[in-house]
Amino acid sequence: MITLKQVQKSYFNTATPLQVLKGIDMHVAEGEFVSIMGSSGSGKSTLLNILGILDDYDSGSYELAGTLVKNLSQTTAARYRNRFLGFVFQSFNLLPFKTAQENVALPLYYQKVSRSKRNQIALEYLDKVGIRDWAHHLPAELSGGQKQRVAIARALISKPRVVLADEPTGALDSVTSQEVINLFRQINRDEKLTMLVVTHENEVAAQTDRIIRLKDGQILLNE
Amino acid sequence: MFELDKWQEIWGTITRNKLRTFLTMFGVFWGIFMLMIMLGSGKGLENGVMDGFNGVSKNAVFVWGQTTTMAYGGLLPGRFVEMSNADVAAIKAGCKNLDILSPRNQLGGWRGGNLVTRKGKTSPFTVYGDYSEIAFIQSFKITSGRFLNPFDLSENRKVAVIGDQVAKILFDSTEVPIGDYIYIKGVYFQVIGTFKTLQQGGDAERESNSIYVPFTTFQKAFNYGDDVSWFCMTPKEGYSAEALESEVKAMLSSRLRIHPDDSNAIGAWNTEKEFNKLNGLFSGIGAFVWVVGIGTLLAGIIGVSNIMLIVVKERTREIGIRKALGATPWSITSLILQEAVVITTLAGYTGLVLGIGLMEGLNIMLQGQETEMFKRPEINLQIAFASLVVIVFGGLLAGLIPARKAASITPIEALRNE
Repeated sequence: MITLKQVQKSYFNTATPLQVLKGIDMHVAEGEFVSIMGSSGSGKSTLLNILGILDDYDSGSYELAGTLVKNLSQTTAARYRNRFLGFVFQSFNLLPFKTAQENVALPLYYQKVSRSKRNQIALEYLDKVGIRDWAHHLPAELSGGQKQRVAIARALISKPRVVLADEPTGALDSVTSQEVINLFRQINRDEKLTMLVVTHENEVAAQTDRIIRLKDGQILLNE
Repeated sequence: MFELDKWQEIWGTITRNKLRTFLTMFGVFWGIFMLMIMLGSGKGLENGVMDGFNGVSKNAVFVWGQTTTMAYGGLLPGRFVEMSNADVAAIKAGCKNLDILSPRNQLGGWRGGNLVTRKGKTSPFTVYGDYSEIAFIQSFKITSGRFLNPFDLSENRKVAVIGDQVAKILFDSTEVPIGDYIYIKGVYFQVIGTFKTLQQGGDAERESNSIYVPFTTFQKAFNYGDDVSWFCMTPKEGYSAEALESEVKAMLSSRLRIHPDDSNAIGAWNTEKEFNKLNGLFSGIGAFVWVVGIGTLLAGIIGVSNIMLIVVKERTREIGIRKALGATPWSITSLILQEAVVITTLAGYTGLVLGIGLMEGLNIMLQGQETEMFKRPEINLQIAFASLVVIVFGGLLAGLIPARKAASITPIEALRNE
């Protein structure tokens, strides 16, 4: 599903060019549930940005679902993100003035799905993550765990090929974290969905199929 | 681009911060509102002043004799310049771009009053000796009977055309003035017509208290001999009154033995010069209104642009999220642009409607009132529509910079955990 070959990335906006990724080779098969670990500065956020088509890379190649992702225009990148990828963030990133249902429906808005239809689909997905009753609540009225469930529903609604999660449990207590991980696991099993989770928590990483460890912009371990 | 969903998005963002939206809109609203008020008032002032030219043709020239100040041709200075019938004939024959020449006399001189009697009622009025051509220079409406005709002049008829105020004072409301007689300085004149002046203000006051008798009769009846008090003239189509004035002055100077450089000997006044002066004044006022109006509008639009920039800054995270979820740069750009256009158009249109409404209200209030300097404030519909186009365009302009800024937001920066 995901194939990276010698991907390199440097930042030039500092005084001296900073090479963040020094040639990453990795492969994630369809339906795999993989975690990426590494200390801060290891390049894992940059890697996730590249995987999420939020950032470009300098050299190498990145194939997503058989499509080469390189030097895309902003518009094409937006379309690929919308069709191929679902995002889950540490700080949820829900729009505060929209209800849970509207937040979940947002990716479909950019697919030009009609309002009534996308709200109905959003309701199904909220049901799937177990918070259908909270559909008409604003994010501020939800607990951290509930917010992350809304975010997961939003990531799933566009039927992506890959879900990318950036520290999805970073802002949650251990009980809620476990619930979220269980939900990920369940979705991965039921939908055969490819999942990549960036985390620094060992108990989270331990529950995934495979851990990729990054250090100083290189893959240290692929176990 | 204009689907319902987007409108709901825009409505949502506009109503989320009501006070700020209101203040932003007020800037544009005020700009347009003031522009409309200034345009309307300018027009009102122009109408008021230009109406003063009603009743007098806009290229009329008046020439009269004054006192010489320079010795010339063996004559001492201080001589009073007197014009005669011979000068009238000479100018009519010699002046090529002259259209109408109507010599004029007035009993008692300029603004002189004369007691006129009729059946025991006596009142002072202005009495003019006129040719029938004066009707082409000073316009009035004949309300009954007729005006002087060439036969009245050639046969020296003792007839008079009287102003509406004269008729009102000398005749009872049940009496018919036509055919009756009025007594002016020992001579009876038969009233053949009444008129209502089309002039305004003080001129109207004087004119409605006036009596016109034939010029020829006037000279004989009141012992004027050959004397002519002043000339009323208009140039031919396409010639300027200014040129006519100087041409006639030069002809008179040589005929009456006046030093060519003696600027005091012959007095002259032409409405064209006054008209042009006022025209210039009003185009100046018009330009000023536009400069100030556009300036105010621009300030409003810049205000919108500034606020939109702040809004974009505040919504960086939201825009980042939208982009991560698949929003294209154009969808973000058009969202911001549309928002700016909606705000400016809504505010501008309100200002437009209220401004025009106020001017129309003022117009209705002023109707039927005798105001001299301010009349019929109105706003040209074309200008109103042009302003609307300017507003929408201004909105686009206001949104352009913020929209480009919004489109350039990268999701990575927007979503970086603080």
